[in-house]
Order: sequence, then structure tokens, then C-alpha cells
Amino acid sequence: MDNVLNQIGIENYIFLSVILFSIGVFGVLYRRNAIIVFMSIEIMLNAVNLLFVAFSTYHQDASGQVFVFFSMAVAAAEVAVGLAILVSIFRNLGSIDIDNLKNLKG
Amino acid sequence: MSVVLIIFCVLSAVTLGSAFLTIFTKNPIHSAIYLVICFFSIAGHYLLFNAQFLAIVHVIVYSGAIMILFLFTVMLMNLNKEDEVHKPRIQRWAAAIFFVLMCVVLMLIFRQSKPIVGPYDTTGEDYQSIKVLGKVLLNEYMVPFEFASVLLLTAMIGTVLLSKKEKK
Repeated sequence: MDNVLNQIGIENYIFLSVILFSIGVFGVLYRRNAIIVFMSIEIMLNAVNLLFVAFSTYHQDASGQVFVFFSMAVAAAEVAVGLAILVSIFRNLGSIDIDNLKNLKG
Repeated sequence: MSVVLIIFCVLSAVTLGSAFLTIFTKNPIHSAIYLVICFFSIAGHYLLFNAQFLAIVHVIVYSGAIMILFLFTVMLMNLNKEDEVHKPRIQRWAAAIFFVLMCVVLMLIFRQSKPIVGPYDTTGEDYQSIKVLGKVLLNEYMVPFEFASVLLLTAMIGTVLLSKKEKK
């Protein structure tokens, strides 16, 4: 288990993260359900975290993993506040379709 | 093909497939379940890197806390039915084209700017066990660690305030 990157290669991890991040962007653009949009944002965060860990192993440096730890804390806080906002939107409007949120449009 | 490479391919296929299914499934509860599978396979990637601490934290935070939040919200809003209308066709095609373009562009960028990939040599130094990570976290990154706790506390108070019923 000593040198995983020798057998897999850092490029494969870069490609995996790029595709995962693009899937997240695709989900944000494709769906109307706000909860699925949140899930897509989580997928994007995870893609970046994966690349952080890959390069932490590449450079043999613990700082990348510490940074992933902090980004997980931020993601948890973000999801909690975001879902609370969604619940209050649902109470006021009766749906969480993002195309219905046009109150600011005038 | 080595065993590690085969494991990597299987894990990547599971990750990408469940991520796609998260987006394409109509029922939000099924989406949440597929997202759990995606997160577990990413934890498998972390284990492949021998980053045990992050794998455990990832499973606890994402598959435990965040997915429970999602499932609670979906059930609270009674959304577990498949009545969502699609976006207009042109927006969906634009999203697909944007997905392909973004993949191609980002891959080309990273191909050009990739680091000099020599043989990856291990010095045998321990850098990612829980012991070392704990020392780094509480010595070098002490202040950000405390700020993270303040952030979590603020998020908790904000969530309680936001989801409280307004008095009429």
C-alpha cells in the first residue's frame, strides 16, 4: 500500500475529479428541484476534496488533509443553513421549484 | 493491470454512476440514497490513499449527518413523489452541452498544467495517520480549528432561528 499513485497515476484522479465536478455543475443547471441542486453542490465539494487528498498523498503533506477536514465542516454548516432556508421557502411558497422563486424580478 | 488499479476503476465507476443517477432520478428520496452510495465510494477512495482519518470523518459527516438532514427535509416537505416538471428542452440541452464543454476544457487545462509526474517515491515518513494529523491540526492549524467550531455554532443558531415558526 505504500505507493498507490505509482500504480494509478495522479492523472486518473484529476480526470475523475474533473468529471465529478462537471456532473455537479450539470445537476445545478439541469434540475429544478432545489434539494437536488443542493445535492449537486455537495458532489462538487466532494470532487474538490478528493483532489485535495490525492495531492496531499502526492506531496506527502498532511496540510491537504487538514484542509479537507475544514471544508467538510464548512459543508456541514452550509447544508444545515441551506436546508433551513429551503424549509422556510417551502412554508411560504408551497414548493421548492427554483423557477418559481421570481419574487425579486419585479 | 494491478489489483489497485482494478479497485480504482470499480470505485470510480460506482462514484460516477451513482452521481449521475442522483441527478437523473425523479424521486428525491432515491436521489438521496444514490448520493449515499456516491459518498461511500469516495470514502473508499480515501481508504485507497490510506487516509484513514478522513475516510472515517467522511462517512460520519456526509453519510451520517448530511444525508439524514437531506432525508428529513425531503420527508418534511412530503416531496417523495415524482411530479417534478422538467426544465424547458432548450435549457436541458444547454446544460448537457455545458457539461461536455466543461469536462473537455478542464481536462485539457489539467493535462497541460499537470505536475512533472516522475515515479512517485515514498520516503516512508508517516504523514497521514491520526496521530500526525492531530498534531498538525492542533499545532499549526489551531486558530482555523477554533474558527470552525465558531462557524458550526453560528450555523446551529442560524438554523434554529430560520426554521422556527413565525408568530402571527
